Order: sequence, then C-alpha cells, then structure tokens
Amino acid sequence: MKRSWNALVWIGFGVALFAGLSYYLFFIRFPETRDVPWANLLLFFVAGWLLAVGVRRAYRQPERYRGKISGVILGALSVLLFGLFCYGNFVLARQLPSASDALRPGQPAPGFTLADANGKTIALSELLNKNRAVLLIFYRGYW
Amino acid sequence: MQEFHAKGVEVVAISVDSNADSRKLCQTQGYTYPFLSDPQAEVIRRYGVLHPGAGMDGHDIARPAEFLVDRTGTIRWANLTEDVRVRARPENALKAVDSLTSAAGS
Repeated sequence: MKRSWNALVWIGFGVALFAGLSYYLFFIRFPETRDVPWANLLLFFVAGWLLAVGVRRAYRQPERYRGKISGVILGALSVLLFGLFCYGNFVLARQLPSASDALRPGQPAPGFTLADANGKTIALSELLNKNRAVLLIFYRGYW
Repeated sequence: MQEFHAKGVEVVAISVDSNADSRKLCQTQGYTYPFLSDPQAEVIRRYGVLHPGAGMDGHDIARPAEFLVDRTGTIRWANLTEDVRVRARPENALKAVDSLTSAAGS
C-alpha cells in the first residue's frame, strides 16, 4: 500500500506558525485580543491537537502514513514556537523597571520644552497656562 | 480626545521617536494630539519612566505611563502599566480628571 504523507502534522505546524505570527501582525491591534492573547493560545491548542493526532497516526499506522520523524520534528518546533510566544508575552512584556522610579501624585511635574511632530516647540508651562490640566502620555516609541 | 478637551485637558504624547517618526505614526493611526520628541530621553528620565536599553539596538526608551498635571504644575494622577502590552484605557484618565476638578473646584 502506498504510504500517504501525513497532512495533519504539516497543517498542525502551519497553524502553530500562524498562531505565533498572527498575534504580531493582526491581533495585537485590538485590546481585546492583545492584552490576553486568548485567540493565539486557542490556535496553538488546535495546532497541538492536530500534531498529536498526526504523529499518533504515523506510529499506529506506519503502513498507511508517513511522518514518524517529520512529525516529531515539526511537533518539537511547534512546542518551541509556543514556548517563545509565551516567553515573549508573559515574561518579557512584564520586565519593566521598578515603578518606584516614576514620579508620584503630589510631586511637582518637571517642566520641559520639546518639539512636536511639525517642529513646533511646546512648553509644559505654556500648556498649563492655557488649560485646566495636561495629560502626558509616555509611550515606548520605536514603532 | 474630544472628551479631554471638553474638560479643559490638553493631551500630549512623549517618546524618543524623532519628529519624522511621530509624524508617520500620527498619519497612519490618525492621532490628533501633539506628539513630542524626546530623543535623548531627558524628559523621560525626569519623570522616572526610563526603560534603559529596551529599544531596538539597545536604545533607552520610555515605559508606558500617563501623568495628569494640574495648573499648579503638580502631578495629580499617575498610571504605569506592569505589562508593556496593556495600555491605559482613556476612561481611567478621564475619571482622574473628574476627581481633580471636583476636589479643586477650579
């Protein structure tokens, strides 16, 4: 009997790849799927299931399906992808300097004069004169 | 954004991005408030929100944070995230503005 290639393992790996990449390319834009990457965790789960079934088939029915070695390799790669994804999202993302360095309510806000995107200089003191309050949003930059 | 302006609050964003990068960001994301450039992270340092070496190429950048400053130049509300991916939702800042004005009556 001709051995057919083990589609499930390859599809499983593809889903794992997609699970990882889609977070950064798509899901990260929506707070609902960015703050807790449940959509991607779900995709990884599906990938894992496909790989498990595929590898099991290769070992139980070697006369029908290939993929004993490739299945294990792809499975290991997928686990690695999942591990990296979790590390990036749950470990690296939380590595921030101590919040105690930041200024606290009650402290005076340091003045500054900085240029905006059009080159116009803006001073904090100016803004405070013209408005009731100013909200400063510091963001990471380097998009 | 209109809600902040309606309450008399000006919003400005600060990062180490150059003016050119900020312009691009504003255009693609449609932000309408001023984006200020702090390339040496001086102001970022003064506010204590430096994230040393976390940018690409090991540059110093800011950790995400918001500060509400009143007319006397005092910080009245500060919000730092524990996780870079989670940003403050505007509702929290708006609530801070409301408590500000009800306390000071200004």
